[in-house]
Amino acid sequence: MPIAFGRPVVTIRLWGGRVSCHLDLRATSVSAAVLTLCLLVVAVSLMSGAYPASMTEVATALLGRGEEMVMMIVREWRLPRVLLALLFGGALGMSGAIFQSLTRNPLGSPDVIGFAAGSHTGALVVILLLSGGYYETALGALVGGIVTALAVYLLAFRRGVDGFRLIVVGIGVAAMLGAFNAWMIRKADLQVAMSAAVWAAGSLDGLGFEQVMSTVVMLCLAVPPALRLSRPMRQLEMGDDVAMASGVAAGRVRLCLLILGVALTAIVTAAAGPIAFIALAAPQIARRLTRSAGLGLITSALTGALLLVVADWAAQHAFAVHLPVGVMTVSIGGLYFLWLIIREGCK
Amino acid sequence: MTPMSGCSDRLQARNLTLRYDEHTISQGLSVVIPDGSFTVIVGPNACGKSTLLRALSRLIQPSTGEVILDGKAIGMLSAREVARRLGLLPQSAIAPEGITVADLVARGRYPHQSFLRRWSKADERAVAAAMEATDVINLSARLVSELSGGQRQRVWIAMVLAQETPILLLDEPTTYLDIAHQIEMLDLLSDLNQEGRTIVAVLHDLNHACRYASHLIAMKDGCIVAEGKPQCIVTEQVIRDVFGLKCIVIDDPISGTPMVVPRTRHPLKRGKA
Repeated sequence: MPIAFGRPVVTIRLWGGRVSCHLDLRATSVSAAVLTLCLLVVAVSLMSGAYPASMTEVATALLGRGEEMVMMIVREWRLPRVLLALLFGGALGMSGAIFQSLTRNPLGSPDVIGFAAGSHTGALVVILLLSGGYYETALGALVGGIVTALAVYLLAFRRGVDGFRLIVVGIGVAAMLGAFNAWMIRKADLQVAMSAAVWAAGSLDGLGFEQVMSTVVMLCLAVPPALRLSRPMRQLEMGDDVAMASGVAAGRVRLCLLILGVALTAIVTAAAGPIAFIALAAPQIARRLTRSAGLGLITSALTGALLLVVADWAAQHAFAVHLPVGVMTVSIGGLYFLWLIIREGCK
Repeated sequence: MTPMSGCSDRLQARNLTLRYDEHTISQGLSVVIPDGSFTVIVGPNACGKSTLLRALSRLIQPSTGEVILDGKAIGMLSAREVARRLGLLPQSAIAPEGITVADLVARGRYPHQSFLRRWSKADERAVAAAMEATDVINLSARLVSELSGGQRQRVWIAMVLAQETPILLLDEPTTYLDIAHQIEMLDLLSDLNQEGRTIVAVLHDLNHACRYASHLIAMKDGCIVAEGKPQCIVTEQVIRDVFGLKCIVIDDPISGTPMVVPRTRHPLKRGKA
C-alpha cells in the first residue's frame, strides 16, 4: 500500500532507481501557475508605457522585426527592465526562503536582520566619500552587506548560532546602521545626498542589458549551490541536533547557506538599491499556496519574481506619477503585515 | 566493566573529557554500551546524561579521549557514516510548520539519500515499516501539529527508526507523556530491543529504568557511579549517593526488578484523613 502523505505526490524513479524523487503535485502546479502569471505580467509590461504597443507589435519587435522605434522601446528599454525584475525578484525570494529557514522564523528575512541596511551603508560610503559610479556603488553594497552579515553572525555566535538571537542582533545592528546612514546623508552635499537618496529608494530605472548579463552570471554562481543545499537545509529546520544526528554537518551547511543568502540579496541591492519585503513575503506566500512543509527555494523564487514584476509594473503605470519600485514593495510589505496581523487576530 | 560488556562492543567511550566552553561536564568518563542491550542512563538533573549521549553520537567533540564506533574513532567517520549506524532522538527536535507525519518520518531517511536519489524503494519500505512499528501509519497524512503529545513522540521515534540504524539513542523519550503513554513508549522501545537493536535511553523514572533496562548506568556530576544489571546495582546506598534521596528498595510486584520507594519528610499523612 502506498504511503499517504496528506498531499498528492507522484513517485518518479528513473534509470533503475539511480534517480528518484517525490514530486509534490500541488507545488508543481502552483509553480506552473505562478510562472504563467509571470509571463503574462511580462507581456503586459512590455506593452504598457508612454508609447503603448499591441501584443503583435511586441511579438514582432521581440523577434527582431517591425518598426525601428517599437523595437528600440520594447527591446532596449522595456525588456531588460522586466527581465531584471524577474531575476531580482527570484533572487530575493530565494534569499528570503534561506534566511527564514535558517532562523526558523518568518521574520528572519535579510531586510529585517540588517543585511539590507549594511548594503545601504556600503553604497553610501562609496557614493558620499569615494564619489564612486554605478559599479563602485554596487561593489560597496556587496561588501557592506557581507561585512554586516559577518558582524551579525559573529555577534550572535555563542556555541553555534540560534535563529532567534540572529534576528534580534540583526534588528539591533540594522537600527544602528540606519542611524549611521541618516547621519552620513545629513553630512553630505545636497547634490550627492540626492543621488544617494535615489539609490536608497530602490529602483530599476536606467538598468540595461549590461546589468542583465552580470546578474545572470552572478545568479549562475549562487543558485546551483543553494539548490544543492536545500536538502540539508530541510534537516536543519528540525533543530541542529536532529540535523547533525542525521548526518548533516550543521555548522558548515549553515555558514554556506548564510553566504549564499547574503550573496543573493547583495546581487539585487548592488544593482537596484534596497528592494524591501520581497524576501520577507515571497517565501510565506509560496508556503501558503503550496501548503507544503518548510520553505521551497524554487517556489519562493518564482513567487518573488511575480511579486517584483507586478510591483514594478504598478510603480511605473498604476499611478499618475512614476514611483521607484522600492516604494511600491514597501507598500506591498505593509499590506502583507496587515494581513498577517488580521490572520493572527482571527485565530 | 560488567560481565555483559567487552572490548568488542560496537559503541564505547574511552576517557572522555566533555566541556562546553570553559565549563567541564565530565572528566575521565569511560563507558561501554553492550551490544543488543537496553541501556538506560539515570542521574539527577544536569549530571551530564544528555552530554554523554551527544558525545556518543558525535554531536560534540570530546576535548580528550575518544568515542569508538565499530572499532574506529567516531571523529574519523563522516557524519553520514555515523548516521547510518547510530540514530539519536534529542530533546530539542522541532517539527517544521505544516509538516505531515509521513513527511517528517521520511526525513529520517536523509543519510541514505543523495541529491539525485531522493526517494528510493528502500526509502519507501523503511518509512512504511517505521510507521507500522510505532503504530502511526494511520496518522500518516495528518499534520504533526494536530497530534497529541503521545502520538507526536511516536512519530519522532518513527523518524529515527526510518534511519534504520542498529543503535538508537534517545534523550528522555518519555518526558511530557502521561503514565499510560510512558509505558506504551517503553514497551515499544523494548520491542525494538527484542528485534535486535541496541537501545540507549536517558530516563528520569527509576522504577521504569529498573523494569526495562538490561543495563543500567547511574551518573552523578559527570561520572558513572554504578553500572550493571538493575538487580545488581540498585541499592538504597546507591540511590542516596546518586540522587541524595532516602528510600527503600523492594521487589517490583510485577517484574521482580528493584523498585525504589522514596522516604519523605511527612511519611504519616495517610493515617490522618
